[in-house]
Amino acid sequence: MGATITEKIFSSKCRREIRAGSVVMVPVDGAMIHDITGPLAIQKFYEMGGKQVFDRKRIIMLFDHQVPADSIEAAMNHVYMRKFAAEQDIHNYDVCEGVCHQIVMEKGHAAPGEIIVGADSHTCMYGAAGAFGTGIGSTDMGFVLKFGALYFRVPESIRAQVSGTFRHRVGAKDLILSIAADIGADGATYKAIEFAGPTIEALDMPGRMTCCNMAIEMGAKTGIIAPDDVTWEYMTKRRAGTRPFPLASDPDATYAEQRSYDVNRLEPQVATPHNVDQGVPVGTVAGTHIDQVFIGSCTNGRFEDFAEAAEVLGTRKFSANVRVIIIPSSREEYLKTLRAGLIERFVAAGALVGAPSCGPCMGGAFGLLAPGEVSLSTSNRNFRGRQGSTEAEVYLCSPATAAASAISGEITDPREV
Amino acid sequence: MRVWKFGDNIDTDAIIPGRFLTIYDEKELAKHAFEGTRDDFAALVKDGDVIVACRNFGCGSSREHAPLALKGAGVRVILAKSFARIFFRNAINVGLLPLVSPDTDLMKDGSPIVVREREGKIVVGGREYSVEPVPEFMYHIVEAAGLVGYAKELKEAPVCTKSRR
Repeated sequence: MGATITEKIFSSKCRREIRAGSVVMVPVDGAMIHDITGPLAIQKFYEMGGKQVFDRKRIIMLFDHQVPADSIEAAMNHVYMRKFAAEQDIHNYDVCEGVCHQIVMEKGHAAPGEIIVGADSHTCMYGAAGAFGTGIGSTDMGFVLKFGALYFRVPESIRAQVSGTFRHRVGAKDLILSIAADIGADGATYKAIEFAGPTIEALDMPGRMTCCNMAIEMGAKTGIIAPDDVTWEYMTKRRAGTRPFPLASDPDATYAEQRSYDVNRLEPQVATPHNVDQGVPVGTVAGTHIDQVFIGSCTNGRFEDFAEAAEVLGTRKFSANVRVIIIPSSREEYLKTLRAGLIERFVAAGALVGAPSCGPCMGGAFGLLAPGEVSLSTSNRNFRGRQGSTEAEVYLCSPATAAASAISGEITDPREV
Repeated sequence: MRVWKFGDNIDTDAIIPGRFLTIYDEKELAKHAFEGTRDDFAALVKDGDVIVACRNFGCGSSREHAPLALKGAGVRVILAKSFARIFFRNAINVGLLPLVSPDTDLMKDGSPIVVREREGKIVVGGREYSVEPVPEFMYHIVEAAGLVGYAKELKEAPVCTKSRR
C-alpha cells in the first residue's frame, strides 16, 4: 500500500513505516519563535528546567508582529528575547528582516522532507518547500526548545487536485479562497492538505506559499506540495549544498478525501466577514464601500503580489477616500519591489508603504479599524475584531482585487478596471 | 457552576483580541477574555464555570494566550462538538480539559453544570450526558498542571528513533 508525502516524511524521521493516525515523538529540523509567542515559549523552557536549547542552529528567532516596538510592553518582550538569544548564542533576525514565514522560506530554513515547527499558526506555509510545517503553542515550543522533539499525531491527508488555467487577473489567492469555501473552516481539522495537479505544478513559489499558508484556515495541520523543479531551484538558491531527491505521494496512497478543482472558470474571490470560508465571487459583493486596503502579510506580501497590484494600478491613483497600506513581507521582497520602481508608483498613487512586518493583519499593532469601518485585505483572516474593532468588517481578496478596489473606493472586479 | 454557551467557529481573536498579546499573566488576560464579542463573560464568570460550544472551538491563531485567558477566568473544562487542533493541544498543555460532546446543542446558556470527567459524564440542568473518553496521558498532563510538569520529569524526549513501541 502506498504512502502520502506526509507519511513518508514521518517514516523517514522514525526510520520505520509510519501511517496516518500513529502518535509519535519526532525530532524536529527547525523551530521558529517570534515576538508574540516567543516570550512565553522561553518562559516555559525555563519552567521545564531548560538550561541549554537542543541545538542553537536550528532555532529561528525574529520579531515581526509588533515592530518596531509599538508599546513599552512590546519593547520589553523584544529585550527579553534578545537576552535569551545572547545567552543561548542563537542567531536573532530581530526587527529588521520581516514576517516570520517569509524569512524561514527565503533564508532556506525549511527544505523538502524536513519537519519544522513554529509558534505561529501559519507555519503550515513551509509545505510550499515540501517540508512538513505546523503551528504549535508556546508550551509545546518550550518543550521543543528543550528537547528538539515533539509528539505528533500523523495526519490523514486530503488531496486537492487542481487543473485548468487561471483567467486574466485570477490567481493562487482566488484558488485558495475558493478551496476554503468548499472545505470549510473545520473541514480539514487534524489533516494535511496536499495540493497537486497541473495548476499547482504551474504555480511559482509565491503562489504555492499563498496556498499552503491558508491551509490552517480549514483547520489543517499543514498544507503541502510535493517538491518539483520549481521547489528545488528555489531551494538550491536558498540553502547551499541542496541535492534534489524524490519525495511525492505514491499513486496508491490512502487519502481521507480527494477533491478536484478546475480553475478555468474561477472568478476572483472575496471572503466576506467574519469567516475565511465565506468566499464568494467578487461580483456578489462588488460595490461594497471600503475604508482601508491592506496589501501585504505572509499570505500576499511578496514582489509578485505587488507586481500584480501594480499591473492593475497602471498609472492611476488610489481613491482619496481609502487608506491604502502596502507592506512587503521581508527586506528582500521590499528591495525587489523598490528596485522595480513599484514602491515609488504606490507612494505616488497615494499609498502608505510600511517597513516589513505583519502590519494590520494581527490587529494588535497599527492600521486598526474603528467601529463601522470596512477593510479589504490580502491577508489570511477576517475574524470579527481581527484588524481592530469587533464592530469593523474585514474582507479578504487577492492583490489584484485589492488594487482594483483601492482605485475605485469600493470592492471591484479587477477585470473591470 | 454554570454554562457559558457559544456557537460554531469561536476563534482565538474572539477569545483574546490581538491587542492584548503583550500580556502573559493569565489573570490579567482573563480581564479581556471575549472582549468586544461577549462583554459579560469577564465580568461575571466564576471559578469552575464551563464553556460549552459547538463546532471548531478555538480556530485561528496558535496564541496560547487564548486558553490561558480562559484558565485565568477560572474555567477548568471546555465542552464542544469539536476543537481546532492547535487550541486543543494548547488547552491541555496549560492544564485545561477540552472535552468532546455531540450534544452541546441541547445545553442552554446559564444552566447549572457538573462535570465528572473521570466517569465520562456531565450533568446539565439535571440531564445527564456522556462525553468522549480522554486518553490517560492527557490526564497526566492536565493533572501536572500542564506539559511543564510533565517535561520537568523528563531527562530526554522519548523520540521514535530511539524507542520502539
